[in-house]
Amino acid sequence: MKLDLLSELNVERSARRGAVVVTDIETGAQRLVRGEGLKGDPLAEELREYLGLGKSGLIEREGHHFFLNVQTPPVRAVIVGAVHVSQVLAPLMRNLDLDVTIIDPRAAFATPERFPDVPVVIEWPDKVLPALGLDAYTALAVLTHDPRIDDPALIAALRADCFYIGALGSRKTHERRVERFKEAGFSEADIARIHAPIGLDIGAASPGEIAVSILAEMIATLRKDRRRTA
Amino acid sequence: MEASEEVQKMLSSDTDILGQAEAWRRAGKGVALATVIETWGSAPRPVGSQLVVDADAHFLGSVSGGCVEGDVITEAIDVIGDGRPRLLEFGVADETAWRAGLSCGGRIRIYLERLD
Repeated sequence: MKLDLLSELNVERSARRGAVVVTDIETGAQRLVRGEGLKGDPLAEELREYLGLGKSGLIEREGHHFFLNVQTPPVRAVIVGAVHVSQVLAPLMRNLDLDVTIIDPRAAFATPERFPDVPVVIEWPDKVLPALGLDAYTALAVLTHDPRIDDPALIAALRADCFYIGALGSRKTHERRVERFKEAGFSEADIARIHAPIGLDIGAASPGEIAVSILAEMIATLRKDRRRTA
Repeated sequence: MEASEEVQKMLSSDTDILGQAEAWRRAGKGVALATVIETWGSAPRPVGSQLVVDADAHFLGSVSGGCVEGDVITEAIDVIGDGRPRLLEFGVADETAWRAGLSCGGRIRIYLERLD
């Protein structure tokens, strides 16, 4: 591998953009294809598929074997609301090697004692989310039950195309949320990307069980291509 | 560093192997990169896993969680010498060809290349 190619790849990685290194394993010929530069590539179709799955692999094309080394950014999670569910959810996520940040403007909730080892930002979501840089490799869950805190975060997540967006609250609460978002100009397809009520239906009763259902739903969305049933 | 921490670091998904590869090369070191390109059966590390090695056999990352790293590093130092990329294959069936084997019963193919 040429140092220049590796440098360019590392630039893409630190900017949290997907990229693929294509290597002809017979000749050693190599090129870097950026997520945005797929179109012109002779292997565009395969590259799109592998990049979408976030997996590397060997393919054969006209007698040549190409290794597609797919680099996708590490998955991050943002939890809005330093609530009881978050106290279980954040450590669970950390155990899955997810980079977690909790945001809550209410200083009484967002204390380091309640959240050891997890970064907690005491700020309104619309103030802090632009700096965090939400993207397609980020999951966002809003858990405050307060539209003044939850709505701006959901809007930011929809605009940033977060791969998972979930919102805590009953069906009634969500109906009112849908109305607000329609009025704000979001399409039904946009709004349908919000998982609400949040979490897989496992009959979760306690905050811990709700945390498990949220995490399971997030993983099911992330790994949808691997699921046995759609 | 404790041995368990060492293993943890080797297996950690957020260890910046490619960043380290670039830093070592920029510091003037000979560097080789090993990548798992194919696996069969219960291989210990998935396709795409990488190991970076310098000319003094310092390494970061893993291609098998420890089973065959020793042999990969030996080969890597040859690659740093001659610059010729090569394919390595490891598995329980290949014990005559390779000293190391995978105890899990899987097989892996590794692409080894020099960073130029």
